[in-house]
Amino acid sequence: MSETELKEQAKKAEKKPSALGIDIDLNAYSVKAEKHEKIDGLNALPGDMKKRSESVGMDADETCRAGSYFQIDHSVIQSAVCQSGLEVMSISNALKEHDWLEDYRWNMIKVDTDKYTAQAELKESEGYFIRALPGAKVEFPVQACLYMSRDGMAQNVHNIVIAEEGAELHMITGCTTGSAVMSGLHVGVSEFYVKKNAQITFTMIHNWSEEMIVRPRSAALVEENGLFLSNYICMKPVKNLQTYPTAYCVGENAIVRFNTILFAHEGSTMDVGSRVYLKARGSRAEVISRALTDGGDIFARGHLIGEVPEIKAHLECRGLMLSEKGTIHAVPELEGRVPNVDMSHEAAVGKIAEEEIHYLMARGLSSDEATAAIVRGFLDVEIKGLPANLEREMKRAIRAGDMNERLM
Amino acid sequence: MLEIHDLTVMVQNRRVLQNVEMHVSNGETVALFGPNGSGKTSLLSTIMGVPGYRVERGNIIFKGEDITGLAIDERARLGIGMAFQRPPVVRGVKLMDMMRICMDRRGGAGEIDVRRCIEKLNLGEFQDRDINLGFSGGEIKRSELVQLLAQDPDFVMFDEPDSGVDLVSIHLVAKVINELLEKEKSAGRRTKAGLIISHAGHILDYVNADRAYVIMGGNLYCSGNPRDLLEDIKVKGYEGCISCQRQN
Ligand SMILES: Nc1ncnc2c1ncn2[C@@H]1O[C@H](COP(=O)(O)OP(=O)(O)OP(=O)(O)O)[C@@H](O)[C@H]1O
Ligand SMILES: [Mg+2]
Repeated sequence: MSETELKEQAKKAEKKPSALGIDIDLNAYSVKAEKHEKIDGLNALPGDMKKRSESVGMDADETCRAGSYFQIDHSVIQSAVCQSGLEVMSISNALKEHDWLEDYRWNMIKVDTDKYTAQAELKESEGYFIRALPGAKVEFPVQACLYMSRDGMAQNVHNIVIAEEGAELHMITGCTTGSAVMSGLHVGVSEFYVKKNAQITFTMIHNWSEEMIVRPRSAALVEENGLFLSNYICMKPVKNLQTYPTAYCVGENAIVRFNTILFAHEGSTMDVGSRVYLKARGSRAEVISRALTDGGDIFARGHLIGEVPEIKAHLECRGLMLSEKGTIHAVPELEGRVPNVDMSHEAAVGKIAEEEIHYLMARGLSSDEATAAIVRGFLDVEIKGLPANLEREMKRAIRAGDMNERLM
Repeated sequence: MLEIHDLTVMVQNRRVLQNVEMHVSNGETVALFGPNGSGKTSLLSTIMGVPGYRVERGNIIFKGEDITGLAIDERARLGIGMAFQRPPVVRGVKLMDMMRICMDRRGGAGEIDVRRCIEKLNLGEFQDRDINLGFSGGEIKRSELVQLLAQDPDFVMFDEPDSGVDLVSIHLVAKVINELLEKEKSAGRRTKAGLIISHAGHILDYVNADRAYVIMGGNLYCSGNPRDLLEDIKVKGYEGCISCQRQN
């Protein structure tokens, strides 16, 4: 599609509400932002910025990172690579460098999906391009931070991540705001391409603020023997978050795993799902979510679509309610379109059984300690295939949930 | 160590214990017999302070302190411990986590001690499993005991530690109970005491009980020699056994 055609399509969707989540008035947010200067390394970041970015998994020393990308508002202040076979740059530069990249852009996600995708095309936007070249094994993770420095602004992001044939790429992305930022809109379009025999693990940690609206729009294409593993963690307050990342297993034996861990505080609404289309024989999918509410509202969705025989997919959704306020609405969907599929789901929502708390108390734990031990266990999802240092980062983010201060 | 006076307890709207009088001295091991539904677990739960067992009358004195109004965790910290008859599954909390939690309370005890306890009860393959999740009947009993080993309470209660335990494991179970109750020391030197519920009394072939009570319909009857009482129950039934007291 030509640039003009894209813009035209986007224009038509400019007012199109999203299928899910409350409708947002885009005019309430300004896309204007000052330009931020490049920096030499993340240690050169001002204190608050450094601290907030570390809270979403960034390693300022960059010693154990294969590459780093840092974007403030719409300015890329850093993009660095420390290994061969890897490209890390802004999407705007990448489009200049690679003619073929146009074919990957708005390919997995339609530009007219809703007003948010339309805005990402029509208004000022930036994002990262990360690519592992054929056969490249990028052992250390690439880190990317999307940072919002101004109150009331809209940050539009469009990312493309590619693991070429036989490549292995691990990523950690952190999205956050300056601690003085209360409100804003973050629109993040991310398109992932996992080629034949390749793998991408993508761990994303969000740490927003009380009045933030967040609308990520993600999709992944997974070819033969490819693996896409996505971990999403949001433990901090946010006003309204809605996302439904979707993966397509198009090659035989493609594997997709989504792990989602949410903690909704009072005043937060999170509507988060994971969808997998199984379109090739032998493909497998696993969708696991843990939803915790302390007064906020969560929709925990999952949707598996088995389109061909001999696929296997499982969905597990567990919700825990810590207070009398708040709701958890689990919506697990299984869709078998041919007979010979193996799909299952389990969902459970409730509060911690008193009996369990009493049992731990009989061993000497206080009621709060018992609750914390159970909550910690509830959130301790077993992640297969994540490098050890990323798993540590992920656990750290989970434990840094605000309940620490109250319970742990 | 423990004294109970005139204890009447309600569960929901049902009286499960009435006018119970009981005492257990330092170094003593007491057995508790009674038919199903007679109130044995209720008595242990009330001593432990499990919410839901509401004390209507009477009081519980532990080490000279009235603990009737104390919360379950406060009692645990004072040195009361209990092996549950049917403990709940706690998803996400592993047996190993529990062991560390119990040990931490005591302060100082390290990883080696945790491992030693686990090995004592042959629970190595269970340490990383969610507590009680899919444990067999006998495994639950061993898992309860291993937690008590870590916790090391002064007053130790065992709710049917021998039910569902195979003929080999019962030795293991008995050994640990004897250790918890400091049976290797002479009675006068012990700082521990115990209360054991048993139906068939198998465990008492390996763990020496000094005395026994019989409970029926929430009333505590005779206190006597465990072997004699068990023999009486076998021959005359529970009713027959307590008839001697009813006549008094
Ligand atoms: N939470 C509860 N709700 C309702 N009834 C209860 C509850 N707990 C105990 N009871 C009742 O109280 C009575 C005594 O129960 P308890 O568990 O103490 O019996 P037990 O002597 O331990 O029996 P068993 O030998 O079968 O273990 C029973 O009739 C039981 O049904
Ligand atoms: Mg019982």
